[in-house]
Amino acid sequence: MMQIFEHIGSAITRWFRVFVDFSSLFTQTIYWVIMSPIKKKPLHLQIVSDQMVFMGIQSVVIVFFVMFFTGIVLAMQSAPQLIQMGGLIYVSSLVTISICRELGPVLTALVIAGRVGAAITAEIGSMKVNEQVEALDTMAINPIRYLVVPKLIALFIMLPCLTVIGDASGLLGGYIIGVHNLKINSGLYIQTALKFLTLKDIYTGLSKSFIFAIIITMVGAYQGFKTRGGAVGVGRATTVSVVTSFILIIVADAIMTGIYYFSGY
Amino acid sequence: MPEQEVAISVKDLEKTFGGLKVLEDIDLDIYHGETFVIMGGSGSGKSTLLRIMTGGIKPDAGHVYFSGREISKLNDDEKESVKRRFGMSFQSAALLDSLTVEENISLPLREHTNLTPNVISIIAKMKLNLVGLQGFESYMPSMLSGGMRKRVGLARAIAMDPQIVFYDEPTAGLDPVMCAVIDKLILDLTKKLNLTSIVVTHNMESVFRVADRVAMLYQGKLLEVGTKQQIKNSKNEIVQQFIKGEIEGPIQLS
Repeated sequence: MMQIFEHIGSAITRWFRVFVDFSSLFTQTIYWVIMSPIKKKPLHLQIVSDQMVFMGIQSVVIVFFVMFFTGIVLAMQSAPQLIQMGGLIYVSSLVTISICRELGPVLTALVIAGRVGAAITAEIGSMKVNEQVEALDTMAINPIRYLVVPKLIALFIMLPCLTVIGDASGLLGGYIIGVHNLKINSGLYIQTALKFLTLKDIYTGLSKSFIFAIIITMVGAYQGFKTRGGAVGVGRATTVSVVTSFILIIVADAIMTGIYYFSGY
Repeated sequence: MPEQEVAISVKDLEKTFGGLKVLEDIDLDIYHGETFVIMGGSGSGKSTLLRIMTGGIKPDAGHVYFSGREISKLNDDEKESVKRRFGMSFQSAALLDSLTVEENISLPLREHTNLTPNVISIIAKMKLNLVGLQGFESYMPSMLSGGMRKRVGLARAIAMDPQIVFYDEPTAGLDPVMCAVIDKLILDLTKKLNLTSIVVTHNMESVFRVADRVAMLYQGKLLEVGTKQQIKNSKNEIVQQFIKGEIEGPIQLS
């Protein structure tokens, strides 16, 4: 019996520790985002722009393919049901709203968590095991300011951009099936889509992607700084980083959808 | 003889990792302008002692004084200004992979000074010259040999004209000739730049080549401190076994 309590106790302590460490990393990152210009510390614009190219521009193709085929699948899956109800035309609005409100932001974030989150952890993790993080610290260069802040800024800008591209790709996939396969008139397809799509659908979707950008960067960085034990450690940290990001993205999505739902959005 | 002005001072230091006492009752005064070597076997606590002195690890008990001020009691800004007066050369060189040789050396200058990029580039070239690597400015660290990487690490350590340079195993993994080159560099830099050098190593040839004074750490305790002649003639059996690299003797192998 005592053993059970001990296990529960040590698990709670461990999780509390993770929470405290993660919060500390997050607050320090936000501190440096705000304080870098005030303390006249250089913001490494070159690193920010390099990261924007890596995280954003080089992810466009993969985001396009994932969302394009999701749009296609969504249209094909919904068509038979809607035909039975005599509402084939609503394929258009179903695809549009589900992509803009939900699937665009979430799937794009998941793709980027796999691609970019893993890269952040692997980079910081291998720097940690090769003493490079310690080297920054002994040169009086804050590793969080040098390594995490540029990545957070870059992804905070690029993930919403990628989400817009992802939304557009998904809508294109749905449109192609709707018009060419289901033979819905092109003008009517677009008209129905726009009739049900409101600006609110787009910005609730986009607002999620800002939160997802923070989750991906912070989880990636946290796991990177926690890395121990050489190449095996880097591999393990990268896996944990991607899995944690996936879970947190889905949980955050549910929470935000709940907030919008219950507040009438 | 070196001047007797204390550069860095350690008092009653203790450090425990996961219930294991790594350092115990460490008292040391390291004088300005000397090359001080901390030697000891693997796991003797010498790297931990070095990291406590640089402010990288906090001691559980005891104090480290630099210029009369206790390092662990400084606030973040003060600690940063102290760190700028330290340079550190790492066992793995720890150059940033994503930057060129010149960018690596320039990094602390770009971060902490308002010098123009041209001036920074000239300083980086000068430092590279001091370690005998002129012409390698645009190389990436991955293109360099182990010895060259260490020398670039050294150039970066002296980029900010520090008062104290810490060397963590500067000759580990190098061939004997390169070891001698690095040792000569440590001596040259210490003299030319009027530095205090603190070297952690278990390479006995290096110890007797570079040291003014030597401290022997064994199982987290300071066994003996003295000039290299005093250490060579030490009556302590552990010190003698360690210097001679003998298998039989009082040193417990773990």
